[in-house]
Amino acid sequence: MSTNTDRIVGIDLGTTNSLVAFMQGDSPVVIPGEDGSNLLPSVVALDTNNHPVVGNSARNFLIETPERSVYSIKRLMGRGTEDIQQELALFPFHLADDLQAGEVLRIKLGDKTFTPPEISALILRQLKRNAERYFGAQVSKAVITVPAYFNDAQRQATKDAGRIAGLEVLRLVNEPTAASLAYGLDKKQNGIVAVYDLGGGTFDVSILKLHDGIFEVIATNGDTHLGGDDIDNLLMAIALDDIQGDMGFDLRHNAEAVQTIRKAVIEAKIALSSEPSFKLDIDLPGGPRYRREVTREQFEKLVQPTIDRTVGPCKQALKDAGLKPEQIDEVVLVGGSTRIPKVRALVKELFQREPHTGLNPDEVVALGAAVQANILSGGSEATENMLLLDVTPLSLGIEVAGGVTDKIILRNSTIPASATQHYTTQIDGQANVAIHVLQGERELAKDCRSLARFDLKGIPPMAAGMPRVEVKFLIDANGILNVSAREQRSGTEAEIQVQPSYGLTDEQVEGMILDSFDNAEEDFRRRQLIEARGETTTILAALEKGKKSAAWGHLTTDEKKQIAKMEKALTAVNAEEDYQAIRKAIDALNHGTMRLAELMMDTAVSTALKGKNMDEADMGEGPTAPHPMAKAEFE
Amino acid sequence: MFFAVCKISVNDMTNPANTTIPLENADGVSASCWSCGEMRAAHFCTACGKVQPPAPVDYFTFFELPRKLDLNVIALEKEFYILSRKLHPDLNARSDSQEQAWSLEQSSLLNDAYRTLKDPIRRTQYLLQLEGVELEEQSKSATEQARATGDVKKQIVPPDLLEEVFELNMQLEELRMQKKMGEDDPALLEEIGKQKLELETKNEALLDELKSIWTSWDAIIEAEATGQSASADRKQVRDQMVDVLNRRNYIRNLVRDVNAAMEVGN
Repeated sequence: MSTNTDRIVGIDLGTTNSLVAFMQGDSPVVIPGEDGSNLLPSVVALDTNNHPVVGNSARNFLIETPERSVYSIKRLMGRGTEDIQQELALFPFHLADDLQAGEVLRIKLGDKTFTPPEISALILRQLKRNAERYFGAQVSKAVITVPAYFNDAQRQATKDAGRIAGLEVLRLVNEPTAASLAYGLDKKQNGIVAVYDLGGGTFDVSILKLHDGIFEVIATNGDTHLGGDDIDNLLMAIALDDIQGDMGFDLRHNAEAVQTIRKAVIEAKIALSSEPSFKLDIDLPGGPRYRREVTREQFEKLVQPTIDRTVGPCKQALKDAGLKPEQIDEVVLVGGSTRIPKVRALVKELFQREPHTGLNPDEVVALGAAVQANILSGGSEATENMLLLDVTPLSLGIEVAGGVTDKIILRNSTIPASATQHYTTQIDGQANVAIHVLQGERELAKDCRSLARFDLKGIPPMAAGMPRVEVKFLIDANGILNVSAREQRSGTEAEIQVQPSYGLTDEQVEGMILDSFDNAEEDFRRRQLIEARGETTTILAALEKGKKSAAWGHLTTDEKKQIAKMEKALTAVNAEEDYQAIRKAIDALNHGTMRLAELMMDTAVSTALKGKNMDEADMGEGPTAPHPMAKAEFE
Repeated sequence: MFFAVCKISVNDMTNPANTTIPLENADGVSASCWSCGEMRAAHFCTACGKVQPPAPVDYFTFFELPRKLDLNVIALEKEFYILSRKLHPDLNARSDSQEQAWSLEQSSLLNDAYRTLKDPIRRTQYLLQLEGVELEEQSKSATEQARATGDVKKQIVPPDLLEEVFELNMQLEELRMQKKMGEDDPALLEEIGKQKLELETKNEALLDELKSIWTSWDAIIEAEATGQSASADRKQVRDQMVDVLNRRNYIRNLVRDVNAAMEVGN
């Protein structure tokens, strides 16, 4: 078994589904989960033993024990309580009871609480395991995608989630840009491409210039509160109103009923993309049955206002790019919600052309992340010359006198990008200066997102206005802000204390990692060991059968001696904890019994020729004993 | 307890990034690649390809360009792509952490430089800054000076616009009042729209005017490079550019006001 520790995977951490992919040869492929599915539902639940369950198996908990499960956690990443009032009204998020003001949100699952990055980390860890199972080797590095319109706090939260899951996040890539990489890998042509990405919870539009392998984002825009979830919520509201009107009871606070209805309306939504109508037929908890037919026409009328909200961002992106719709060479559709015919019609009208629908809207982002992972690991023939030049979606500013935002890095600036500002003191001997960093397009500081407050400390005593502190703001290739400061007159480094407005501190993340990371390492080691011991059992059983077969007699005494020696060696190491030693011994025995297996095969064939079937030939499991090339299986 | 931010809004010239330091060190000190010892290129070593520690240079020097304003944007883009392929963090992701840090800094400097130089207005503003001109300050002092000497006419409100601006502001006020009352006067809207269009046309013309001053500026730089004496006065050309930029700025703000007034309530 080869261990390639440098294998970097690409992860799409989605609102509804998450995927992990990697570059196999010259094309990216999605790694399926144990159930064979490429999509891992982004649902997390706690089972009765308080063990986290992720994905399809957690889905059942949504209906059975809704108070112990959570979905669409991405909507809460990097947000404060005041940002999520809309979410709280529409989603069954249960906030922790003891939440303090200014603290990072915590969600209640059963009697435990988790921050959104921790929940996301559970999803990431499942993807990591799926990849490890697939490779038969540990995976520790990843590229993770985020909505292009994610702000600094949301990006930071995603990075934290990666760290908690035991993944080194080498790069955060914007989802529409990732999609363009997957698109461009095949197409290899120059031109202007618009990516329209309407997912489960977020909407992004990006306009890119493709030029000889360079993917240069010219403008991006979006809405991190807009997606398929909103359409589900519209349908649910109708059903809930109907039930209240017709049957006279309000199910809004019955979590089980709400989830049952949610499941049904999602089915309806999907069906209505291809069918003229859909009959909702829901068995409500406690007996009553709700039925209603929804026509495509009704559905389209209902969702029109929601999908119309994508128009503004598209127009703004075009304006920022300085382009007219007819200058766009191709529009690429990404995200499950772009399957809705009405969405496609809207895109067609906006960009005045038929959108490109050749990509799998659910998988293309993950595939693009895998392409980026490949570029970061040094590239291959397929990604040679490919380079992504992305932009920051939102302007970066500083609060100045009068509560006004002074923008220092404008939106759609290619990243990495930097800006330098100089500050001084207002009174004699002032040692500290407080700086408030903002992100957003609004004029007033209070309307922008507060990213952080920096305290510049240790300014040497000087008369007011004399110190000259240079503060450097640097947005890195992940779209995350880094700050450094220096007092120029004295040459001393002013110390910076970062207080992320909505994020976890380094120490908090560290604490969360240690728990899960240690466990993950241990889990992985144990799985390796269990798996190796399983193989030992198989190969020894096969050998026993081989010894009883006619073929055994054809071996030389020396060969038999050698096999006995290797068998003994394997039995010895198998009792110990070192899986690598066990593997080595298995490989050795596998190799040493090659001739035995061949002889058994020959015997089987000649017996078969005599009219007996293979079973009767007592072929045993010899030839099917695990070969060194066999794919490893865990769990 | 900290005190409010006090941003220094003086000239940015003391920013080391704006100070020109020749890349080819005359003494030959640290002009070689840290990794292979070959003569270093500006940002990466031409011999071994390693990213070099960033040198504090201005944006023109970064692209190895003279401080001329009429630059070839297509060629600039090409150079930007070439340098991106060397400096971008994605392509240096496997280097050691020091090199990665340099790559991040070099790449942000590259992006900042390209963003500034590709745009005609930002490029001119940046050059004036390098020349030690603080745009607003300069315009104010220039205005004072012009008034005192009666020499060149420079005003914060461009004099050729004074009357129009007065008229337009009255109309905008009327429009705001009407919107407040929920009334609608298509004739007024049409009139304002027409004026807005005129302003935009004027702005276009100002860009052309600016470009013609570039020619004089570039001639000065050219003459300096060849050791000849320039025909035009450096300061005078600079002031002309400041004047155009100020007028342009003024009109742009006006157009923004018009847009804001027209959008309210729509």
